[in-house]
Amino acid sequence: MFGYVIRRLIAAIPIALGVSMICYLLVYLAPGDPVQTLLPPDADAETVDRLKRLYGLDRPLPVQYIEWLGRVVSGDFGRSIANGRPVIEEIQRSLGNTVLLATLSVLVAFSIAFVLGTIAGRKAGTWLDRVVTGVAVLGVSVPNYWLAIVLIIIFSVELMILPSSGTAGERFDPTSWEHIQYLILPVITLSMIPVGIIARTTRSAISEVMNQDFVVTLRANGLPEWRVLKHAIKNALPPVLAVMGLQFGTLMGGSILVETVFAWPGSGYLLSKAILTRDVPVLQGTILVLAMIFVVTNLAVDLIQSTLDPRIRRG
Amino acid sequence: MSTAVSDTAAPDAAELALPTQRGYWGTVGYRLRYDHVTLFFGALLLLIILAAVAAPLLAPFDPYQESIIRRLKPPGYQDRYWLGTDELGRDMLSRLLHGGRITLTMGILPVIIATLIGGSLGVLAGFAGGVVNMSIMRVMDVFYAFPSVLLAVAISGAMGGGAVNGMIALTLVFIPPLCRVAETATTQVRNLDFVDAARATGAPMHLVVRHHVIGNVLGPILIYASSLVSVAIILASGLSFLGLGVKPPDPDWGLMLNALRQAIYVSPLVAAMPGIAILITSISMNLVSDGLRAAMDVRS
Amino acid sequence: MAMTSFAVEENDGRDRGGPRQPLLTVQGLKKHFPIRGGIFGRVSARVRAVDGISFAVRKGETLGIVGESGCGKSTVARLLMRLIMPDAGEQIFDGDAVGERGGISVAEMRRQVQMVFQDSASSLNPRMPVQNSIAFGPIALGTRQAEAIGMARELLVKVGLNPALFGGRYPHELSGGQKQRINIARALAMKPRMIILDEAVSALDKSVEAQVLNLLQALKRDLNLTYIFISHDLGVVRWISDRVMVMYLGEVVEIGPADALYASPRHPYTRALLASRPALDPDQRREEAPVSGDPPNPINPPAGCRFHTRCPHAEAVCSARAPMLSAGGDDAHLAACHMQDPSSGHSQALRH
Repeated sequence: MFGYVIRRLIAAIPIALGVSMICYLLVYLAPGDPVQTLLPPDADAETVDRLKRLYGLDRPLPVQYIEWLGRVVSGDFGRSIANGRPVIEEIQRSLGNTVLLATLSVLVAFSIAFVLGTIAGRKAGTWLDRVVTGVAVLGVSVPNYWLAIVLIIIFSVELMILPSSGTAGERFDPTSWEHIQYLILPVITLSMIPVGIIARTTRSAISEVMNQDFVVTLRANGLPEWRVLKHAIKNALPPVLAVMGLQFGTLMGGSILVETVFAWPGSGYLLSKAILTRDVPVLQGTILVLAMIFVVTNLAVDLIQSTLDPRIRRG
Repeated sequence: MSTAVSDTAAPDAAELALPTQRGYWGTVGYRLRYDHVTLFFGALLLLIILAAVAAPLLAPFDPYQESIIRRLKPPGYQDRYWLGTDELGRDMLSRLLHGGRITLTMGILPVIIATLIGGSLGVLAGFAGGVVNMSIMRVMDVFYAFPSVLLAVAISGAMGGGAVNGMIALTLVFIPPLCRVAETATTQVRNLDFVDAARATGAPMHLVVRHHVIGNVLGPILIYASSLVSVAIILASGLSFLGLGVKPPDPDWGLMLNALRQAIYVSPLVAAMPGIAILITSISMNLVSDGLRAAMDVRS
Repeated sequence: MAMTSFAVEENDGRDRGGPRQPLLTVQGLKKHFPIRGGIFGRVSARVRAVDGISFAVRKGETLGIVGESGCGKSTVARLLMRLIMPDAGEQIFDGDAVGERGGISVAEMRRQVQMVFQDSASSLNPRMPVQNSIAFGPIALGTRQAEAIGMARELLVKVGLNPALFGGRYPHELSGGQKQRINIARALAMKPRMIILDEAVSALDKSVEAQVLNLLQALKRDLNLTYIFISHDLGVVRWISDRVMVMYLGEVVEIGPADALYASPRHPYTRALLASRPALDPDQRREEAPVSGDPPNPINPPAGCRFHTRCPHAEAVCSARAPMLSAGGDDAHLAACHMQDPSSGHSQALRH
């Protein structure tokens, strides 16, 4: 087991390096001189030259990359073009909000989807199953930025019971309704896709257990239904939890649209603003951090899962 | 003919009673004919695509024609603007029809290109194995390490937006998963006996791959690609929604949705319409893809 | 022979060395599969699937290869076809070294040697009508499509299937026996001189198996073929083979004429294998205890004689030294056992 953990950790290093390389090269994808993208458009020639030297942009690309990597590892992501503040501070301030949003969304999605999936899996093939499967398809088919707008129309515009966007303040206070009410619509919106995915996973895991020969035999012999269900849930839980973990990573990087609609001050909103203002240092830094979180989440899920079930070990 | 051979093999009754020769695609078609859900949504999808293709013929008005006096009118306005008008007074129905062309293209084209590139790379990796496989798949792993939304936003954001850049970004997003599916399918197929038998004839590799590998990996790849179209349409609209895809005043469902956000207090029904178009398309695509998957599953 | 395309002239034009030269000679064939593990995925162990085996196949004979599953017999088949590359060893086909300078290329060898796989879901391309599967090889090597399909339909007749009824069918529309006939036709399409049959009838029902075996015998006579017949079924191997080779953990333990080997097996492993068959005739029962348990792991085969861990006659010498294939009086019948060798120091050496 220990050897496996070490091997997975080592295998993650080239991936993390590759991810950082792509993030670094993003600057070069931008049209024009990379320096231009690091500076406001009205910067004078002297500033451009100074920055070129400062960032070593006159040297070969691999050297530049390694120096950039060194700075990034020590926490220096450069400064925002829009407001001149260090990128790392901007990310630190917004990341917590996105973690909060993603965590709550995954938990909400799990509670709904696990129940739905279990019902469908037990009654595979019935109309109930079809309804749940339909809901699951709807969940993964709905564009969540549209759902966000629809929810705002219903709850903020028509019913006027929830705020349409923003927050109650910089620091989130979990005891205050004032703060919580701003979270409700974003969390519901963001949980739609995971609901669809988790419900599907649960359904197939449960129905697989229900169709196992020994379960069929036990049921035929009069084993109480709740015992059968307990067994099925115990078997279905590991894959479902794994999917849940992966969804957390996906939401961390995928909440940009929903955060934009709700003006939720998370890393996605930060990214969206950076795109509008062409603030490349912020864009680059945020994407790097979110992608690294995704890599780490996937790795963690893989390791936890392989601890629980050694059969699924990879490579 | 040698008598010794033929007398060992008098055809028995069971041989003659076998079902008619339907073939693989015949069986798939036969199954689909009885899958009403897939048929219905397939027809719906076809209708949407046809409407998009024929948009210039079907659209009652010029989708770019603005008017200050008929901004944000509700559906049925003047009995001619059946779906109402948008924030600049343009006819919604015309814009939705024309928008379908752009949105569907933005969604489908990247998947097609990614299928060609990713599929070929995957087949190559799967069939060649060894170092070739390693080098292709490790690069894919790196792209795989990004959530798809983030990667699309990162690439098109860095490239500065626009419909073409958006499509390039989406293509890059879909190459790795398609490559992985193709690689897995090819690795499975290449170890089957009939591929060994074909190799044992001394036939050149490219013929073995073309006749014995491609046909058997195409199914899984195409099914997977079809399931990506719905994701692609949502992502493409999402990029336009963020201002990274199609630029105004072109009608694109995602872009329209974003532009109409300011109108939710005045005309919520119209504001929701582009999203409904995306939703219906993406549901249809998902269900058709599921139906195809079930019909093409030879085991059942 | 009305249609001459498959008639084999009395003297095959491709025959080079005459009837006395073996069609195939194999020397020191070896294949170790690496197992990767550890932190850096290094090769941590090797499965010694085929560990230096040598044998010859004479023109026109059938050599049977038997052994438990995992003994390496199927790997031998794939090595001989070069579907996997051997680590070491020499393969001489009718006097020409295969894949070596001055010899014949692998492609040229494959034109003369074909293989029939075990009937399974994967032995035929599920997306291809069977006549196209048969015609694939000739088409790939330059025969015109129409001509190759015509030839395939002739071959269907030859293996006892009505081309009008079966030619356009897909594999899932055929029974196991029919699929195996197609597999045979596919091999014949290359007009081979030798066919390697790897568990070719093992998955079939007994009655169908007999039909296919009869077909194979008839084809061999008609087309002047040489067979290597690989199977775990000792009865079938005896029926079809002229000579039999017994493999254990990647090595040859005994080889000899079928009748002699079955009547007086010399290696304890062969005796145990024969004893483990269900005996139909109670008088034929042997005293040897059947082999019990599973064969040892081919990753770390036992030192010395690989069979000593399961052998009732094992002595110190058996775990100390590996025995060589030796004749013990009959040059055609060899066994790798210390008991065959009077100088080995084994207490039961040559007493039986």
